[in-house]
Amino acid sequence: MAIVATTTKFSIYGRPVLAWIVGLIFFFPIFWLVLTSFKTDADAVKPEFLFFFTPTLDNYLNMTENYDYWRFATNSVITSVFATVFALAVGIPCAYAMAFNPSRATKDVLMWMLSTKMLPAAAVLYPMTFITKSIGLFDTHFMVILVLMLINLPIVIWMLFTYFKEIPKDIIEAGQMDGVSTWGEVKEILIPLAWGGIASTALLCFIFCWNEAYWTVRLTTTEAATLSKLIEGNRAPEGLFFGRLSAVSAAAVGPIVVLGWFCQKQLVQGLTFGAVK
Amino acid sequence: MGRIVLENVTKSFGETQVIPPLNLTIEDGEFAVFVGPSGCGKSTLLRLIAGLEETTSGQILIDGEDATQIPPSKRGLAMVFQSYALYPHMTVRKNIAFPLRMAKMDQSEIDKKVEGAAKILNLADYLEQKPGQLSGGQRQRVAIGRAIVREPAAFLFDEPLSNLDAALRVGMRLEISELHNRLETTMIYVTHDQVEAMTMANKIVVLRAGHIEQVGSPLDLYRTPRNLFVAGFIGSPKMNFIEGPEAEKHGAKTIGVRPEHITVSADTGPWSGRVGVSEHLGSDTFFHIHDTGLAETITVRADGEVGFKHGDTVHLTPRADVIHRFDAEGLRIA
Repeated sequence: MAIVATTTKFSIYGRPVLAWIVGLIFFFPIFWLVLTSFKTDADAVKPEFLFFFTPTLDNYLNMTENYDYWRFATNSVITSVFATVFALAVGIPCAYAMAFNPSRATKDVLMWMLSTKMLPAAAVLYPMTFITKSIGLFDTHFMVILVLMLINLPIVIWMLFTYFKEIPKDIIEAGQMDGVSTWGEVKEILIPLAWGGIASTALLCFIFCWNEAYWTVRLTTTEAATLSKLIEGNRAPEGLFFGRLSAVSAAAVGPIVVLGWFCQKQLVQGLTFGAVK
Repeated sequence: MGRIVLENVTKSFGETQVIPPLNLTIEDGEFAVFVGPSGCGKSTLLRLIAGLEETTSGQILIDGEDATQIPPSKRGLAMVFQSYALYPHMTVRKNIAFPLRMAKMDQSEIDKKVEGAAKILNLADYLEQKPGQLSGGQRQRVAIGRAIVREPAAFLFDEPLSNLDAALRVGMRLEISELHNRLETTMIYVTHDQVEAMTMANKIVVLRAGHIEQVGSPLDLYRTPRNLFVAGFIGSPKMNFIEGPEAEKHGAKTIGVRPEHITVSADTGPWSGRVGVSEHLGSDTFFHIHDTGLAETITVRADGEVGFKHGDTVHLTPRADVIHRFDAEGLRIA
């Protein structure tokens, strides 16, 4: 049966309106966060100042002057970048092997990798903390990078595997016949062909690393602490200072939102898993 | 140089043996065609020679050297795939130059060879295009170009023409034969199409279920097929098989008569029947004759001018000197 494009009133007016409503619902928390970050702590909790208030930059100034925002931000960048690079360095060969030389165990290995994501992180919190402290890696960049890389590895490998699977095996075999070494196959054929997939995997991995809070908060104190830790650190015993907290949060999510904005297309491809070739 | 010898080679996938012990020699400079119905193991055999599949047991010798454990990249063979398998991210020039670049050849030398191959294959105008912009025939030529620049010990072709339309296939068939005459390099060609096998090969290897049924020149196989399978597989239209009293007259379980070895006439001949479908090719006409009492249908190849119609009664005369006789096991009786 032929698919006939129907133009209904809903498709002309309804869909855009619905899309805007959904968009606004998703955007509202960010909007509120940014708005609140320009209020004083006192104004932030008063409903009458919801939209109309005297904006102030104090929260941001306070954050950079008193909380060493840049150190946390630098740590976030370092740990996310390195964790992503290492995850790809391990994930690409791994996904390559499984995609082009599958064995009977390949499916099970993939499932097992995914199953590690089903483990509640809290279940290994105590051993992890204990081990990192006893081997002297607590609050080090190395440990944070290692943990970020490991927790994201399953999803990185799954995504890369899906992309690599789309490359015809003939092309890899043609490479072998043309005298390419294994490393050459990866460098000359696989990476150029799967470039879009690798980029979106890297981007998603970077975002997950940046947003990770559970482990970064628990395995660091000051040296390797990331922006997640900075946000968490703004809980004061006296209560929550919403203005200050909002400014810290906005500054933490800001870079990743900007990055996501510029890489929208890649991201959509990454999330629709191999649907785009 | 490219003499390829298979000694007791077997291949199993898990418990299933797809190639039982097999021996075969392909002489240097030969054009060998592996032919057989789908699933007969011909592609697997080619991939074993290429090294893309691991040999389960036995030895593969290339120019006397045991290559069984050598990876495909080091065997010095070039392969042309059914799907062309070009590198889609590279231009035609880079595709053809790729194996040379991998061999770390000088850029000036590479350029010279690529230009040379492009000229032979009529690709000179397309060197800067990507494979996606080319037609099927051009893509296959690029794949061949990528193979010839390496000057391999042997070329392996895995059903290279199956994705092309009929007219182009005939053209490419000639080009590949021409290439073989020019290069005089060993070529091993896999196809399920017996016409390709007959027209291109010096040596045809007929395979069924991993077994070699017969090896020989195209005319050997046509004239003296070793068994019923080869007799039925080689030749188009297919050989007529007749059992029963008519075969017993020749002292055989089955006799085979090729359609081109039967004369059809309106009044004389030992066999008679009724004309069913006639296929007119212009030069020739294939008559499918029913109710002969010999076999369900007897196919006859007659001159294109012979004009019998559906339902006509006709008489058939087989040429006595080219009746093939087979015993109860289906083997040829000498």
